[in-house]
Amino acid sequence: MAKYLLLKHYRGAPAPVNDVPMDQWTPEEVSDHIRYMNDFADRLKETGEFVDGQALAPEGSFVRYDGEGRPPVTDGPFAETKDLIAGWMIIDVDSHERAVELAGELSAAPGAGGKPIHEWLELRPFLGEAPTITE
Amino acid sequence: MNEALLRGLTPSVLTVLVRRGADFAAAEDAVQDALVEAVRVWPTDPPRDPKGWLVTVAWRRFLDARRADTARRRREDLIEEEPAPGPAPAADDTLQLYFLCAHPSLTPSSAVALTLRAVGGLTTRQIARAYLVPEATMAQRISRAKRAVSGVRLDRHGDVATVLRVLYLVFNEGYSTDADVDLTAEAIRLTRQLAAVIDHPEVVGLLALMLLHHARRAARTGPDGGLVPLAEQDRSRWDTELITEGIGILQTALARDRLGEFQAQAAIAALHADAPTAEETDWVQIVEWYDELVRLTDSPVVRLNRAVAVGEADGARAGLARLAELDDTLPRHTAVAAYLHERDGDLETAARLYAEAAGKAANLAERDHLTRQAARLNARRRQ
Repeated sequence: MAKYLLLKHYRGAPAPVNDVPMDQWTPEEVSDHIRYMNDFADRLKETGEFVDGQALAPEGSFVRYDGEGRPPVTDGPFAETKDLIAGWMIIDVDSHERAVELAGELSAAPGAGGKPIHEWLELRPFLGEAPTITE
Repeated sequence: MNEALLRGLTPSVLTVLVRRGADFAAAEDAVQDALVEAVRVWPTDPPRDPKGWLVTVAWRRFLDARRADTARRRREDLIEEEPAPGPAPAADDTLQLYFLCAHPSLTPSSAVALTLRAVGGLTTRQIARAYLVPEATMAQRISRAKRAVSGVRLDRHGDVATVLRVLYLVFNEGYSTDADVDLTAEAIRLTRQLAAVIDHPEVVGLLALMLLHHARRAARTGPDGGLVPLAEQDRSRWDTELITEGIGILQTALARDRLGEFQAQAAIAALHADAPTAEETDWVQIVEWYDELVRLTDSPVVRLNRAVAVGEADGARAGLARLAELDDTLPRHTAVAAYLHERDGDLETAARLYAEAAGKAANLAERDHLTRQAARLNARRRQ
């Protein structure tokens, strides 16, 4: 009963084992990849472990307050240098071991040649889980 | 319409159906139908025996559902098998439902969800909100749990310890979440109910523990929502009625001389609750209870807490010596080290360790609290 955020990176994470950009895959390989992700989410809905998940657009910008009565300052996108997040999923599982197991499963999504990408997924626990009551 | 009455009756009605041979999921559906019917009918036509009424209606609904999808002969068999009406002993019914909901085949989160649903009578939406997950997710969790126990026979009791663990999980969850359903109060209500139907010193031990923790609830958070540590809590805000009740229950349990983990934890909570000021806390006795807990559980977390108690009873140096014997990757190890170093007068080390502990905290209230401790010591050192 702990929530975890699974982060899928465009860039910024260590290179995957099967490191071929998606636009170099065959259309079937792309479809298989997407189907794998959808099936994964469906299975988690079935087990009652799925909370939410979305894909993100690659472009984003940084925004900052610029003082009273002035419009916020924006900067970016930093498409060339910065880490970009491709999408995220929130799961609610019984243990950290289970979260690692699921992240591993998601990382096995097929890519070029129909082989698992072995991409690195970032796994971040949510703060706010129940404290053990000891004083 | 008395919602509390209906919720209180739900588990025993459900158990009657399951014991008569209804599949758990089908029985639950039938009981829900009966509850809806009760809400419709009772205001104008209240039954003399609410439970008997619900059992009759639910069983009829269950049979209707079976009739819809089973063969004619099977249906006739079922009707022939229908036992003579008449209430089964309510206490035993409810108890068996507790064991079913905490069945070892269920994961902890499924067991918790099923218990809140079947024994607590909460709606799926209420449980989902309390756990901050989508309703569909909670619905799946519950229906999987129902499937997992669908073949389990309700003919004997399971392990009380499993049931207590589930109730304690519900209670702990209530400590951190702030939803429209108060899971802490719900855990206490269910444990009270369990204590009424089972004679076991650990059940009342857990009840006492919950009451003693719950009694301090109002004082645990400051006006800004931040964590207030035990020593700094405004003791006038503790609920003395709950403390008196908790201590009374604990004493009765201890007198039976069948000590368990929950009774020992409750004894420690009682010693804290009994102290008029933090300085007057009987730390020597608390250390003795931690010794019992170490004997009962051999848990590293208990040893960590014991180090804190030793630090209070015999001085910070003694506490640090106990701490040095423990694995420093234990959760809260760094926070305890920070505290003991501060007590020992080494503010620089303490501030550094508080900041480090904040980085490792598992929840926001704790992280904010530790960050403030580090900031407080750093500000003092700059003066």
